[in-house]
Amino acid sequence: MSLSIRLTINGAPRDIALEDARVTLLDLLRERLALPGTKKGCDRGQCGACTVIVNGKRVNSCLTLAATLDGAQVTTIEGLATGDRLHPVQEAFIEQDGFQCGYCTPGQIMSAVGLIAEGRAGDDPERIREGMSGNICRCAAYHGITLAVQEATRRMAEAEKGDAA
Amino acid sequence: MSVASSLPHDAARLHVTGAARYIDDIPTPKGCLHLAFGMSPVARGRITAMDLDAVRAAPGVVAVLTAEDMPFENDVSPSNHDEPLLAEGEVFYVGQPVFAVVAASHLAARKAAKLGQVNYEELEAILTVDQAMAANSRFEEGPRVYSKGDAAAALAKAPQVIEGSFEIGGQEHFYLEGQAALALPQEGGDMVVMSSTQHPTEIQHKVAEALGVPMHGVRVETRRMGGGFGGKESQGNHLAVACAVAARATGKPCKMRYDRDDDMVITGKRHDFRVTYRAGIDAEGRVLAVDFVHYARCGWAQDLSLPVADRAMLHADNAYLLDNIRIESHRLKTHTQSATAYRGFGGPQGMIGIERVMDHAAHVLGMDPVELRRRNYYAEAADGGPSAPRSAAPTPPEDILDPRKHVEYASRGSVSEVSQPGVPAAPKGAQTTPYGMEVEDFILHGLTDRLLETSDYAARRAAVAEWNASHRLVKKGIAFSPVKFGISFTLTHLNQAGALVHVYQDGSVHLNHGGTEMGQGLFQKVAQVAAARFGIGLEMVKITATDTGKVPNTSATAASSGSDLNGMAVKAACDTIRDRIAAFLAEQHQSEPAEVRFEGGRVHVGSESYAFAEAVERAYVGRVSLSATGYYKTPKVAWDRIKGQGRPFFYFAYGAAVTEVAVDVLTGENRILRADVLHDAGASLNPALDIGQVEGGYVQGAGWLTTEELVWDGKGRLRTHAPSTYKIPACSDRPEVFNVALWDGANREETIYRSKAVGEPPFMLGISAFLALSDAVAACGPHYPALNAPATAEEVWRAIGRARDGV
Ligand code: FES
Ligand code: FES
Repeated sequence: MSLSIRLTINGAPRDIALEDARVTLLDLLRERLALPGTKKGCDRGQCGACTVIVNGKRVNSCLTLAATLDGAQVTTIEGLATGDRLHPVQEAFIEQDGFQCGYCTPGQIMSAVGLIAEGRAGDDPERIREGMSGNICRCAAYHGITLAVQEATRRMAEAEKGDAA
Repeated sequence: MSVASSLPHDAARLHVTGAARYIDDIPTPKGCLHLAFGMSPVARGRITAMDLDAVRAAPGVVAVLTAEDMPFENDVSPSNHDEPLLAEGEVFYVGQPVFAVVAASHLAARKAAKLGQVNYEELEAILTVDQAMAANSRFEEGPRVYSKGDAAAALAKAPQVIEGSFEIGGQEHFYLEGQAALALPQEGGDMVVMSSTQHPTEIQHKVAEALGVPMHGVRVETRRMGGGFGGKESQGNHLAVACAVAARATGKPCKMRYDRDDDMVITGKRHDFRVTYRAGIDAEGRVLAVDFVHYARCGWAQDLSLPVADRAMLHADNAYLLDNIRIESHRLKTHTQSATAYRGFGGPQGMIGIERVMDHAAHVLGMDPVELRRRNYYAEAADGGPSAPRSAAPTPPEDILDPRKHVEYASRGSVSEVSQPGVPAAPKGAQTTPYGMEVEDFILHGLTDRLLETSDYAARRAAVAEWNASHRLVKKGIAFSPVKFGISFTLTHLNQAGALVHVYQDGSVHLNHGGTEMGQGLFQKVAQVAAARFGIGLEMVKITATDTGKVPNTSATAASSGSDLNGMAVKAACDTIRDRIAAFLAEQHQSEPAEVRFEGGRVHVGSESYAFAEAVERAYVGRVSLSATGYYKTPKVAWDRIKGQGRPFFYFAYGAAVTEVAVDVLTGENRILRADVLHDAGASLNPALDIGQVEGGYVQGAGWLTTEELVWDGKGRLRTHAPSTYKIPACSDRPEVFNVALWDGANREETIYRSKAVGEPPFMLGISAFLALSDAVAACGPHYPALNAPATAEEVWRAIGRARDGV
């Protein structure tokens, strides 16, 4: 049985026919849509490498069935920058050295984008660490990751203030 | 000047945009097939029947391979030719690959692999240290013994003797990118393999053996790994060989990656150890004698176990001058995964042994553990800095040209194949390690002073004591531990490296070397070296994937040696080209080559100055070769591993940490409150990258000794094969206060810009977390807690009982 869904991925609407109703969003992105920026670390919801934003919320794409997402807005790491201009979180990860091998980085960045949008952590390092604890970094670049999230949070808040003013 | 600056990783922008490609991200060519292994469910057994018809008939399956289908060698061992890729009639651990399925998709291959009907006659498995000792199941004929002085006599005379035994768990690498390989068949039977490996030359060698072709028929490429930590030094052989054989058989590109569960079940891990000790001490806390016995569980195949266990012995002294010491090391063969390289390569297991002795001695004597350690330190180097080179005794050439086929020259596992004659002795009266190497560069006295001051150790120790006196349910602990780690491959001939540098007509530079990038920032550091040699900006230097077709016969990127070796080789190549350009321009300007300067993107000759690109263009038109190879071999090292004598290391890297923890007395739950680290990276090439290595090393080391617990059941099945059951430090586990600084000395040896290797040494700073837990537990009762590693909440809780009630 084939099933058809419509997704908006990184701003572009896509009609997708699914031959297998059990295909995960992660496999759909990586294997069908040629978007391998989202990484597979464990494929069972335990490492965070596959984090993407679905309808404004961060999710583990390896646990999300594509078939359940009809009509959803999906943002992946490939869709975060605007042309050549990096997203503030991406910039902060470079500046604060928020990675080593880089394999967890797309997931960390998407998770940070989600966390900042949730507005739960502010720039409190303790709460940032808690909020980012679903994303394993085996290289343990946690110091840089925490600083990057702090930095990006501040910058985005300032930019918002600037916009409002 | 591009060296010694804190520049981000070379691929930073690619990483944050998701554009950095790992093996599984490379668009697969049309018709690419995928592999999965069928694995043994028993720890030891004979295969009595194998029916793979259902596998062959499964949807999408193109081929099924067993040992019989291997056209040439069926071996993936980096050392002893004792590790068949696919089982040959017998199996030796749960998870051992028995057959390989080649199918149209990864999922189809995995599903089909589950359909194999294989019958086993189960045999009794040897799983534990005790079982292996009872059965005398081991590698090498008997234990290795290194010694200095007379430990037995000194123990007999010592005023006081302490003794104990403790377990040190293994560790899963959990590189976030699992093992992966992609084989692309070429014309004439050649093969190109893309592999997530720390050792492309080893992959090339094993694939060539399996395909029955010379090494020139195989080219291996590695752009980057999503973490390695030692787990990709030999453990990628299986996937690369399987893909190559399948690609040869089907004529199609073949790819394989392990799912996380399979990765954890199939691949080797850090060796777990039992260490027993007897130490003679005096009332002042001097350690007069130590007798260590190491029991290493090596698993079913030899892999790199011998050099790992050797390195454990070589770090049994850590920072301490011991006049009488004996180390006996048993390399036990068990029916479990074949334990392999892991950051530190046995060093951490050896080091924690002597740190345990120091901790135990301080407890028994009621002395401050830092003071006791200092009393046993090696003497400080007279000058912290570079010294005039001394002429070393000449070494006869090594006889490594044994024509025997299939010797694993390029692997650390080849220890038993190569002899190292002519090892010079340390000068008379020098302070030496238990293996006879003079310690000339010791800096821990000064480093310790500085760290104790910046971490406010004395006041915090008093505060911890005060807290413990007034709190019953939460106890605190604080501990200091030093690191002295030997840098070089102990297999001397591996201490060599090559590089290939091209300068194009437009002044851009293409750079290749034998090292691999796994997040440690090697590519960035090496590019900085090249930019500095030519006096140009980093944007003019392109670092390309490691490629056995460009630089041959490379050693693994391991033993922390990446920058030391490859940086020097790149420097040599750049200097060759630079000298050619200088000679050419000097001649044109009636100047001396030595007076030609390369700086600020320009080349200065006499009163003239050219943009680098212009100088290059002139040289090209003047028919000057702008391409060169570079080569480097580490000086001074020579080592006899059978006698345990010589100079296995070019130099030592140092560091120290102070960690404070809190422990819940009722549950054993615990937390790192603060860690202060001071680490010696020599004259750092890139402080930002080095600090990242130090932080990451500490966290990974602390994880090994606290939460990361591997559990095998009585049938030899690994029960902790996913992150849900195997606890890796998360962001929230990082110490709340974490101060990391680099020591500002230069390497006294002539390394690349006087820097020091920094990949492995900081891992052992995590030992301070373990000792801090021991300190907190010791506050719960009068007895020594005799903590085992990992000190999980459960183990801490048990140790609290021991501290209270005695063992
Ligand atoms: S891959 Fe999805 S959480 Fe690990
Ligand atoms: S940077 Fe390697 S896993 Fe995070």
